[in-house]
Amino acid sequence: MNPNGNKSICANEIDASCRVPLLALFGGAALWLVLGLALGLAAVMTFHKPDMFADCAFLTFGRAQAAANDLLLYGFAIPAALGVMLWIFARLSLVPLALPIVPVVAAHLWHLGVLVGTMTILFGGSTGHPWLEYPRAVAVLLFAGFMLVAVSAAATMGFRQNRELYPSHWFLFAALLWFAWSYGTANLFLVCNHPPRGVVQAVIGWWLANNLIFVWLALAGTGIAFYFLPKIAGKPLASSGYALFGFLTLVFFGTWVGIPQSAPVPAWLPTASAFGALLSVIPVIAIALVARKTVCGAKVPCMGGPFCFIKFGVLSFVVSSLLYIGEFCPRYSRVLEFTWFNFGVTQWQLLGFAGMILCGAIYEILPRVMAGELPFPKLAKANFFLCSGGVVLYVIPLLIGGVEQGMKLRDANIPFADASAIALKFLRISTTGQMLILLGTLCLLLNIIVMTLQWKLGLVKTVVTVFKDSLVEGSAHQPLPCDKEAKS
Amino acid sequence: MKTGFSVFLAAFVALGASCFGLVYGPLKQLSGAKETTVLQSDAKWPQQRTGEATLGEQVYRANGCAACHTEQVRQDGFAIEVTLATLGTYKPEDFRAFVHSLFIMPELESVTNAIAASLRDWKGDLPKTFLVTADKEIAGKLVQSVTVPGVKAQLRLVAIGPDIARGWGPRRSAAADYLYDQPVQPGGLRAGPDLANIGVRAPDVNWQLGHLYAPKSVVPGSTMPAFRYLFEVRKAGAAPAPEALKLKEGFAPTAGFEVIPTAEARELAAYLLSLRANAPLLEAPFTPVFSGKP
Ligand code: HEC
Repeated sequence: MNPNGNKSICANEIDASCRVPLLALFGGAALWLVLGLALGLAAVMTFHKPDMFADCAFLTFGRAQAAANDLLLYGFAIPAALGVMLWIFARLSLVPLALPIVPVVAAHLWHLGVLVGTMTILFGGSTGHPWLEYPRAVAVLLFAGFMLVAVSAAATMGFRQNRELYPSHWFLFAALLWFAWSYGTANLFLVCNHPPRGVVQAVIGWWLANNLIFVWLALAGTGIAFYFLPKIAGKPLASSGYALFGFLTLVFFGTWVGIPQSAPVPAWLPTASAFGALLSVIPVIAIALVARKTVCGAKVPCMGGPFCFIKFGVLSFVVSSLLYIGEFCPRYSRVLEFTWFNFGVTQWQLLGFAGMILCGAIYEILPRVMAGELPFPKLAKANFFLCSGGVVLYVIPLLIGGVEQGMKLRDANIPFADASAIALKFLRISTTGQMLILLGTLCLLLNIIVMTLQWKLGLVKTVVTVFKDSLVEGSAHQPLPCDKEAKS
Repeated sequence: MKTGFSVFLAAFVALGASCFGLVYGPLKQLSGAKETTVLQSDAKWPQQRTGEATLGEQVYRANGCAACHTEQVRQDGFAIEVTLATLGTYKPEDFRAFVHSLFIMPELESVTNAIAASLRDWKGDLPKTFLVTADKEIAGKLVQSVTVPGVKAQLRLVAIGPDIARGWGPRRSAAADYLYDQPVQPGGLRAGPDLANIGVRAPDVNWQLGHLYAPKSVVPGSTMPAFRYLFEVRKAGAAPAPEALKLKEGFAPTAGFEVIPTAEARELAAYLLSLRANAPLLEAPFTPVFSGKP
């Protein structure tokens, strides 16, 4: 069965093989996260002080908000998830990461793409399609970067020593496939020389937005949570049957959601989305049950550590997904559409679900990959409390404000300005939450930067000592110490 | 290993189905769309934008106006309006009394209060809508009964819903309205009002320019951000330039300076004026108002 069965594989070796690619992916991701949140804060200032950026084209609301949203999704969530995925694939396969240089190149392509894309939006070059604002050259860079990461992940799987497939595998592989497919398709049609005429553009845009923000984040986030929850709780994932069921229903039904109920398109499209949304309740519940059963009874202290992050993330997934699904119920959509509600749900999915799970995973992975402790473990805990509190404070007012605004907009006797004014009141609270999240993510960035610097300093020191030693005598190569066996 | 492959295959099929259904299907159905015609007329719909307005759409895109504004009117359904077009020799009081005398008809029983209320303070201005109902038969009966020599009443099909009532458009937005938009920007948040018909609502280009330069100067208490960077403040010559904005006290620059819209601002204003989704279509019908009033 296993040709190398007797060769013990060292967890340290696997972790070390991921070091450079993961640092490249995580470092950039954390930086984009902080910048995205800062830009989002700048954007929302428009509502507190409308004329703040009247003379500054770069920071006008429409540009800054789009750039901030894209930074959270393309800058942070996707590369961070890719890094975590690579590590999980290597760990589950019990082999070092294959072709480690490829994801390093990919990370640089990706981050370059995000940088160029953000600048393009701020200079007014957005394509005008929500979540697809990056111009064509950037889309090509991102796509190429993604494919390179996928190649490395697939190669790692190809060399695997452990033949078993886990639920995480399904979710993460589907995520790899689905991003390439949906992002490629949408760009091919919308960001090309001859886009299709008319409202079909909006349909493709809605389809992509749903598939990235709801489906892709759900696939990646759940796959990651299903790896870490059992590991931290110290018991196997409860019921892989439910997990499989949740996975299949998610890809079959979740991918049909996204067309708003009032969209000016043939009626079958919103109807299909409404049914898709209704049926998407099933995977959300299934995933929630699996996570709950796995976590229940685990005697692991939480204390703001990675376990906390991931539990908070899964809870966010369940609630935000149900709210998102609710938006496609024809009855509620009439009130909720075009209000701050949708914005709030999206931010919850991005920051409360994906953001928290990814932060938790990064804090769990980094010390292993770098073979050292986090430089500021207290800040990591602060990160949890700031971000979880921040997400609640950020999102809940937006949701309530959105409902209030929507009800007022439904009543034509209430002037438009009054409906907006009520939402603005809630917006003021939510901005406080945004600041807390920004503070929290600064902790992440600080940890990663200091760790990277320490490592680089260590490298320099090693090179110097090796050089010195080699002057004295032909020094022996020291193998990595292997203190524990790799276990999936 | 087998399960791995079948799970992968199932995922592949699922994702493919979504792509087929929500991308290929709409492409097939919608992207061949051509101009339609306005209901009961030969006019083509939608109309091509002028060159300036087409450029203006790019200014709208570049500055992300769609982050705060939708271009999509929603509608809950239809109703029938009964409108009085001519009174002949009747005086308003006489007509009111005449209509009241019709209230004994059993068909009108459910609407007598509504009619009475709408005619109560009526001074005789025409056209006068005196009933809005979802029931075609009642409306037909009423028109039939009030049509006596000299008096003419008409039925109108109207769209209803809060967006319509706010005056954002006479009907819901239809797929055809977006045919010449590149990119299509329906928007997702109404931080500001819907703009699908702003060209009908605010057709004055100077109003639009003034609003972009200083929203508060034309809409007191406006929370829309100003777009001053689309304008140029420069030293005024001996005579003010004809294109300079006429701004209210408190919004004008210091004496000796004037505000000139850049080409971008003028294009954007032209685009805003081109936003008029107000023709009845087969897929979104309504009866246009018959008097000269818009
Ligand atoms: C931060 C949100 C925001 C952005 C961005 C924004 N607007 Fe507005 N807009 C508003 C608000 C709020 C109002 C309502 C108050 C008013 O009329 O000034 C409004 C009103 C308007 C109106 C008048 C609508 C009416 O019914 O009277 C027009 C026209 C308009 N905006 C055009 C634009 C254009 C063009 C842009 C892009 C250059 C833009 N807006 C960007 C918030 C925004």
